[in-house]
Amino acid sequence: MISSISSNHIIIAPIGSVIKDSILTQLAEFIYDRCGLECRIEARVEIPDTCHNKIRGQYDSKEILKYLISHSHPKSLKFIGITELDLFVPILKYVYGLSQINGQFAVISLHRLYPGFYNDPPNPNLFFSRIQKTTLHELGHAFGLTHCREKKCVMYSSIRIADTDMKESSFCSTCFELFKWHRENAK
Amino acid sequence: MNKKTRILIVDDETAIRESLKDWLLEDGYTIDLASCGEDAVAMAEKKNWDIILLDLKMPGMDGLETMEKLKEARPETEILMMTAFATIDTAVKAIKQGAFDYLVKPFDPDEVDMQIKKIVNHKQLVMENILLRQQLEEKSRYDEIIGRSDAMQEIFDLISRVAPTDSTVLITGESGTGKELVAQAIHGNSRRCYMPFIAVNCGALPDSLLESELFGYEKGAFTGAEYTKKGRFELADKGTLFLDEIGDISLKTQVDLLRVLQQREFRRLGGQDLINVDVRILAATNRNLQNAIKEKRFRDDLYYRLNVISIHIPPLRDRKEDIELLSEAFIRRYCIEMNKEERKITPNAKKLLQDYSWPGNVRELENIIERALVIGRGDKITEEDLPFSKKTAPLPPLPKSLKLMEKVHIERVLSENDWNISRSAQDLGVDRQTLYNKIEKYHIKKED
Ligand SMILES: [Zn+2]
Ligand SMILES: [Zn+2]
Repeated sequence: MISSISSNHIIIAPIGSVIKDSILTQLAEFIYDRCGLECRIEARVEIPDTCHNKIRGQYDSKEILKYLISHSHPKSLKFIGITELDLFVPILKYVYGLSQINGQFAVISLHRLYPGFYNDPPNPNLFFSRIQKTTLHELGHAFGLTHCREKKCVMYSSIRIADTDMKESSFCSTCFELFKWHRENAK
Repeated sequence: MNKKTRILIVDDETAIRESLKDWLLEDGYTIDLASCGEDAVAMAEKKNWDIILLDLKMPGMDGLETMEKLKEARPETEILMMTAFATIDTAVKAIKQGAFDYLVKPFDPDEVDMQIKKIVNHKQLVMENILLRQQLEEKSRYDEIIGRSDAMQEIFDLISRVAPTDSTVLITGESGTGKELVAQAIHGNSRRCYMPFIAVNCGALPDSLLESELFGYEKGAFTGAEYTKKGRFELADKGTLFLDEIGDISLKTQVDLLRVLQQREFRRLGGQDLINVDVRILAATNRNLQNAIKEKRFRDDLYYRLNVISIHIPPLRDRKEDIELLSEAFIRRYCIEMNKEERKITPNAKKLLQDYSWPGNVRELENIIERALVIGRGDKITEEDLPFSKKTAPLPPLPKSLKLMEKVHIERVLSENDWNISRSAQDLGVDRQTLYNKIEKYHIKKED
């Protein structure tokens, strides 16, 4: 990991499933716009079967992070994995994403971001804004930020999808300052 | 470094412990882990938590038994039971025995979040009430700062020069040196003196509560915000805001503070409108902020904003010439308060006061004088009235080496027995000759 800290960009890669190119490129632009960090899109990473919990029919996001930490050594500041798989951690029924707080890796799931998951009609704009918010949120964690008490802030904890829909796709001014501070200190 | 909500997770399954910990860390809680009831109970002897998440079914000491022991050691800690479906009956039993509630594994994020926030809000409400009471009880008495030492003369001079300006001042010094008094004196000698002086002890409040104390909140800003509340910044408008223990605030609050200092405006939590304030900031800390900056715990930009002018109050042990003056002033004040005839201090008592190291500084001196006036019977304060008179003298810091330790101990026993060798030898459990040998070996001499 030490070698990777020198680089100053972010890697986005599909994890365990195909993700549309248009989603990845738009996401890269979005991150650049919000954080001023260049993104590179990399090839899909396959994950081992050990991440799959057959009883729950879901994928263990912590196991995915563990796998990424030990198997990929990207020369980037942060690595964000995007997956269609439904993610969980052992104690929770589901998670929208997971990151190593103050670490290098994060993974987010699109599974529960589709309006269809909640029996709502398709809505590409809503879907994409959920992806943006979830990604920026997990990226914030990866930079060391914790949850914010401002409901509009992207670092507000998303317990339900309604929380995600209510917040904006940007940091509040305090979290943005903190983000910059952590980014400076991450170099 | 700040007072975050502390949570202990007790579960024998590593994956459960770890994933719950990761998730709660995102909320900024401080987390401890225990893998069995026995460990949790042992840890509770030394540590305290706001909330304990406790697994019901564990090998060894089970959840119910663990809860009973934890409640005994830490009655104010709330316990949330974690259970699998099969054991819900027992979980209900747990509530009857004092658990706050129970959660079924795997948790619904919504539910666990709500339960924890319920407890946190409840605890904060209790804190807010305590704060309110403190504010009401805060004595409006204006203490004079006293000292004839050069160091204090310099401080007086500085106070009178900086008071009329609107400069931010950083006051440093050990606890008990009277940093708040200096802040009050600056306020009292400024053009703001008829406007409020508002003090906030940043170190005493958990982060989220400090945020709402400083900036206030709008109704509905978070669960439990049932009315709109003005923060201390607003309350201090046109006056002075004193931020005590500034070295203890979180990075997040540092950012918010920095912004108010730069822009003189802020929003209430959950509010839209920018609120302008005209507040003079005085800050104080007993920490070494330079170190905190090096360790990335304190922002240097905030430090430079606060440290426009700095006033350092030396510890009392470094300005012993002030002890007598301070003692007399405290006697005067408390005798008036207690409706007693003013008392003098005997020369021996004076010497004791002079020789003591005063780790608690001026505050400790004040407490000791007050105590002496309460317990003393005569018209003078004597050695007997001081807690560190000969017989109860607080021990000097213990030496690390066994040899030195022995020497110090022998000295003490000898002095307690007025150098009566037979009695001292008996106390020490050695014969007289051995004691003589030791006295010779360690070159122990009778004092005076
Ligand atoms: Zn989060
Ligand atoms: Zn925020």
